[in-house]
Amino acid sequence: MSKVEKFLQSAFFRTLISIVVGFAVGAVFLAAVQINVGAAYGKLFTSIFANAKSLSYSVVYATPLIILGLSVAFSFRTGVFNIGAEGQFVVGSMAACVVGILVPAPAIVLVPLCVLVSAVAGAVWGMIVGILKVKWGINEVLSMIMFNWIAFYLSNYIAGLPAIKSDGNAEATKNVQEAAMILLPKSVISKLGLCNSANWGIFVAILLSIFCYVVIEKTTLGFSLKAVGSNRDAAEYAGINVNRAVLTALGISGAMGGIAGAMNLLGMGQRISIFTAQEGYGFQGIIAALIGNSNPLGVFFGGLFYGAIKYGGSRLNLIGAPSEVVNVIMGTVVFFIAISHIFKFRKHKKEGK
Amino acid sequence: MAHEHIDFSQKVIEMQNIVKKFGDFTANDGINLTVHKGEIHAILGENGAGKSTLMNQLYGMFLPTSGQILVNGKPMILDSPKKAIEAGIGMVHQHFMLVQPFTVTENIALGMEPVKGLALDMATARKNVVELSEKYNLAIDPDAKIEDISVGMQQRVEILKALYRGAETLILDEPTASLTPQEIAELIHIMHNLTADGKSIILITHKLKEIKAAADFCTIIRLGKYIDTVNVDDVTENQLASLMVGRNVEFKVDKPAMQPGEVVLDVQDLHGVDYRGVEILKGLSLQVRKGEILGIAGIDGNGQSEMVEIITGLRKATGGKVSVNGVDVTNKPPRFGFDNGVSSIPEDRQKHGLVLDFSVADNMILQNYADEPYAKNRTFLNRKAIEEHARESMEKYDIRPRDAVQKPAGTLSGGNQQKVIIAREVNNDKDLLIAVNPTRGLDVGAIEYVHRYIVEQRNKGKAVLLVSFELDEIMSLSDRIDVIFDGSINGSMLGSEADENKLGLMMAGGKAE
Repeated sequence: MSKVEKFLQSAFFRTLISIVVGFAVGAVFLAAVQINVGAAYGKLFTSIFANAKSLSYSVVYATPLIILGLSVAFSFRTGVFNIGAEGQFVVGSMAACVVGILVPAPAIVLVPLCVLVSAVAGAVWGMIVGILKVKWGINEVLSMIMFNWIAFYLSNYIAGLPAIKSDGNAEATKNVQEAAMILLPKSVISKLGLCNSANWGIFVAILLSIFCYVVIEKTTLGFSLKAVGSNRDAAEYAGINVNRAVLTALGISGAMGGIAGAMNLLGMGQRISIFTAQEGYGFQGIIAALIGNSNPLGVFFGGLFYGAIKYGGSRLNLIGAPSEVVNVIMGTVVFFIAISHIFKFRKHKKEGK
Repeated sequence: MAHEHIDFSQKVIEMQNIVKKFGDFTANDGINLTVHKGEIHAILGENGAGKSTLMNQLYGMFLPTSGQILVNGKPMILDSPKKAIEAGIGMVHQHFMLVQPFTVTENIALGMEPVKGLALDMATARKNVVELSEKYNLAIDPDAKIEDISVGMQQRVEILKALYRGAETLILDEPTASLTPQEIAELIHIMHNLTADGKSIILITHKLKEIKAAADFCTIIRLGKYIDTVNVDDVTENQLASLMVGRNVEFKVDKPAMQPGEVVLDVQDLHGVDYRGVEILKGLSLQVRKGEILGIAGIDGNGQSEMVEIITGLRKATGGKVSVNGVDVTNKPPRFGFDNGVSSIPEDRQKHGLVLDFSVADNMILQNYADEPYAKNRTFLNRKAIEEHARESMEKYDIRPRDAVQKPAGTLSGGNQQKVIIAREVNNDKDLLIAVNPTRGLDVGAIEYVHRYIVEQRNKGKAVLLVSFELDEIMSLSDRIDVIFDGSINGSMLGSEADENKLGLMMAGGKAE
């Protein structure tokens, strides 16, 4: 196969095509509501690339999406679809929030502690679902969706507790202590001209991408997880403990989901509002994983792309264009990535005989 | 055979210079086939030779790239199975296409039910089925449910289904794969009844004995190319085999006499249930000793699969005991059995034997990935050692293509996939080797190869438990044969004294005197 052919058949190429189609479909919708497509997309891109400030905003938006994408991609390699990343994200941020408000400690202790409890909370959230699955065969997708709602109401309950709730009128928690925040030093921010929320989270996302890559590709643990994901029966036949693999994968995925929540809270949000609806971070993570083809490096860029578009989209209102067009674009991208797999599959089937 | 039913003046099927390409791959390269009225015409070829592709074109599944198909002398474009059926062509697939909870009549009438006004007229359908069944001596109960009748009977239902749709030419795809010797004899008898009535039959098979017993003519295909069409009376089985593979084939496996040693596998009074929870193993006992091959003969569904699953730890026994080298492995996880000396060539190599998405190299170490030298400290994989091991094994076991070390195992042919499993299990060097239908779906060359390795394991003093639905395989390899019927061992004999008729009788539940 020539290099060009190889490229044309790669997942990367299919993703690129899907993104192009996504923007094309978005353009159709913009034109339908009589908005200048060129102006809107121009605003979208200049909002992202205008300067260091806007670029750093994109990165801040992207950080939790990258980590959530990794969370989804990691368990996906073991054949488990982590649709519960949303719930893990929510319990992770709440755990970090509670510790960040209540524990009096210097930053050097407090930040790691917040990250640790968020990871544990997310891991527990994921593993409960895993235990339900391996012990009683309960479909993980159903229980995860329910656990997303349990996390949602649990978070609202905790946010309303007297020790946690804001003293003012705000329907939100108190702010976490200054020491819990993971913002870059003020001097760095002003010197580089970054946004005020520029934080260390992106470095955590990079570390976790490397972590996922190493575990999946280089370790015996990754080998067994992938074996279970690709062919459960053969893995079991070969003596791999399938149940343990599923629990391990959900534990690690859950921990990353929780850490994503902590990064979002300690890097940007500072407090948690009482939700009126699910925020959908977990689902955006699924999209990042899908764009990245469940490959850690791909997920990193998938998350970065989504974060940038999300930030750029939020600026569209300035020229009177609906920011919802971003959802149209991302929805179309997902749709086309999904059907490109079908095309690939059909081709195999036709030539398989 | 005197070809007494053949009317040589009438050519019912002519396939002329058929070429079928899939992309760069040529599956059929100029194949000719002529079938006369009343003829049984066998198509012989190894797996992947292009037999199924050829028949799928005749049955309208895909169109030839070039070449012509004539039915009763008229050129036809068969672009759908519906067209083929209208042209009088019927096909009985290897895997039956029947609705299990429906009756025989319902299955046969399905899709072309007679109607009275708006209501189904099943009485007429039933009458037609009974008539057809009597005409060809099929002895079918029109009211039985498919799930209650034997595989041999289900096959007859498939044949009736084709006849009911007006088939004049029947394509039978590997029809004897899961039949007992008696059922095979009956099927051949039915085939002769059909040709006596002027029907024609195309028989796809790689079993030479059946070609000799049933067919008038035989067309041989090798690597997509037309080799020859021979009068079956004029050739021996050995000649057919060498035409098929293009070289001489050794059927006999050399087996030096061995003195069996101590017991390795000891199964006592085993009880177990199938996936529905119905008891399928009813007190099965057997022993395999070092340096012997114990063959388990039996028809599919008598508890073989469940027995093997229990021994290998995939299924829980409800009673009884399994020990390996004196260690109780009953109801222990697969890893425990493996660590105590169990290796196996599983029945379904794509489901249990291989991770098809994994590279050949990774499949070679599926059980040992955490051991030295493939991993350091049981944590980090040593890719170099894994690849080196795979290269050596591919060389030693002649796994092709050689450069597929890092390619997914799913890209290999069936025979080479099986070689990967054999290489792995032989390398594991365990005291017990369990092989379940180890040559299913393989061609003659690969079968020869697999048999040689199984016997070699025995010669090295390993205990081998061979479970197979191929009676020939059981008889040529086994030192001892146990016949399984209805969940227990129904009789035994020495391999050297094996007799097909006696075995067949025991497989069907009879007792040998």
